[in-house]
Amino acid sequence: MFSEGDVTAIFLTLRLATTVTLILLVLGAPLAWWLARTNSRLKGPIGALVALPLVLPPTVLGFYLLLALGPNGPIGQVTQSLGLGTLAFSYSGLVIGSVLYSLPFVVQPLQNAFEAIGDRPLEVAATLGASPIDRYFSIAVPMAKPGFFTAAVLGFAHTVGEFGVVLMIGGNIPGETRVVSVQIYDHVEALAYDEANRLALLMIVFSFLVLLSVYSLRKKSQRQILSFGS
Amino acid sequence: MTADSNTINIAIQHRPNKSRVQTFCLDLNLQLPGKGITAIFGESGSGKTTLLRCLAGLEKMLGGEIHVKGLVWQSGSKIKPIHERRVGYVFQESSLFPHLSVEQNIDYGVKRSPVMLSKPNYEKIIELMGLYSLLERFPEQLSGGERQRVAIARALLIEPDILLMDEPLASLDGRRKQEIMPYLESMHEKLDVPIIYVTHSIDEVARLADHLVVLQGGTVMAEGPLGEVLANTDLPIKLGEDTGVVFEARVAERDDDWNLLRAEFLGGELWVRDGGDSLDQSIRIRVLARDVSLALSAHTDTSIINRLWGRIEKIHEDEDRAMLLVRLVVGEVRLLARVSRRSAHQLAIKIGDEVWAQIKGVAILR
Repeated sequence: MFSEGDVTAIFLTLRLATTVTLILLVLGAPLAWWLARTNSRLKGPIGALVALPLVLPPTVLGFYLLLALGPNGPIGQVTQSLGLGTLAFSYSGLVIGSVLYSLPFVVQPLQNAFEAIGDRPLEVAATLGASPIDRYFSIAVPMAKPGFFTAAVLGFAHTVGEFGVVLMIGGNIPGETRVVSVQIYDHVEALAYDEANRLALLMIVFSFLVLLSVYSLRKKSQRQILSFGS
Repeated sequence: MTADSNTINIAIQHRPNKSRVQTFCLDLNLQLPGKGITAIFGESGSGKTTLLRCLAGLEKMLGGEIHVKGLVWQSGSKIKPIHERRVGYVFQESSLFPHLSVEQNIDYGVKRSPVMLSKPNYEKIIELMGLYSLLERFPEQLSGGERQRVAIARALLIEPDILLMDEPLASLDGRRKQEIMPYLESMHEKLDVPIIYVTHSIDEVARLADHLVVLQGGTVMAEGPLGEVLANTDLPIKLGEDTGVVFEARVAERDDDWNLLRAEFLGGELWVRDGGDSLDQSIRIRVLARDVSLALSAHTDTSIINRLWGRIEKIHEDEDRAMLLVRLVVGEVRLLARVSRRSAHQLAIKIGDEVWAQIKGVAILR
């Protein structure tokens, strides 16, 4: 049903999305925790920065990432001095770009889930002898479990669905950066509509199932507020 | 301030950040007994909860002193973090962790406690709070009263140096309150942890407290042993129909014919309804001012069985302009009588006069 190129693209996409989701859960949870709990004046600016990918055209993000990762960019110079070469047009570069681009889809549900917990359970935990880190792992994370599920699903799905950033910083290298969305684009360019159609339908079914799982979970735990942009 | 190992010393001057009233400032200096139940009584907005939060360390104070039985919890800017204080805190509403079972909720504190809790002690508290049949359940499967009992047990089981209770009954309806009251009373009898109990209910104060602090606008208006404070006619908080005194008595005689008990106290005796208390048992008696009338001679042709001979110590205006509040000394006990201004005028009573107090109703609180 799918050509070898299609299968490669599908597996590359799944690998990319899994990696990005795991990185985002590890990095995004503390960030969301901080955003949910802080009274700092930086809360507004940082929150806005995290949400930027929701409104920016992917080309803007991709463009600046390309400059930063490139041989003259700050990240590019660091990676070159470490002997890693430049990360533009590589799988690693794609991971970095996807992490930034999918960040709000993970941080916002987590932040909502953490905020929904409120102060009380954490105050109780403190009076029962739990240190701040202990409170995070023993109370905040378990109580925000539905939020983690939503965040993981949305982060994964959004990474699967990205196109602009990939094209800008990843290009179109089979097995390295050619993900499903790019593959579809290639099929269309080559006027291979049947192949494009098969992959596109796969994406529709996949996306529908993902959102269905999130929304039916939301019904079960009413307090869990889902919030995502585009 | 001295760090006495038998008292709780508090010096606070604190303006909470999140206060609804901009000018509110908690400003007090208290030395509380290191045992028994101290009730913090006041209207909402008087700073009761803020005081409790400051004590626990949930509310960060820039300065101040908190010494609990010789332990320094805060001295100026030196603040001991909450999780290092051994403080039991029972919140107003259910505060159980929803993702943990009753047993796991209880064990949450036990596991983190620096002292090993003895098994008999653990079982004693589970028994005291009647939790054996509930251990496997989750908070959502419990009634409001059961949840509060779990929360109290959870707080007690860390063997706290002090137990803070913030209106633990306020979120419960009348029946559930009555259901949980006996647990609180037996806790008072059987455990020696000092308890600070915040409430705006004078009934809870009368039943539970040994010591009373009356707060208003963030400052202490009255403070002292329960009996003394309640008999204080200058109390700024008007209790209206609930004005009355509380004192301890001892069951001296049982009259099975009439189903009455004779209760002796320092200065007299009262016949009370037989509630099943055993002889020699100590009971707490509450006499409301509205149930006490005054007479110049002993009337025997009335249905009132309790008459006490006392001396008028003070006559105070009541909030109701038709009434006066008269304080009597009966032996070691103070009684309050609420009489109309007209009858006081007709009897021509004045301070120092000796009168009969006719007592229509006596309540045994425990």
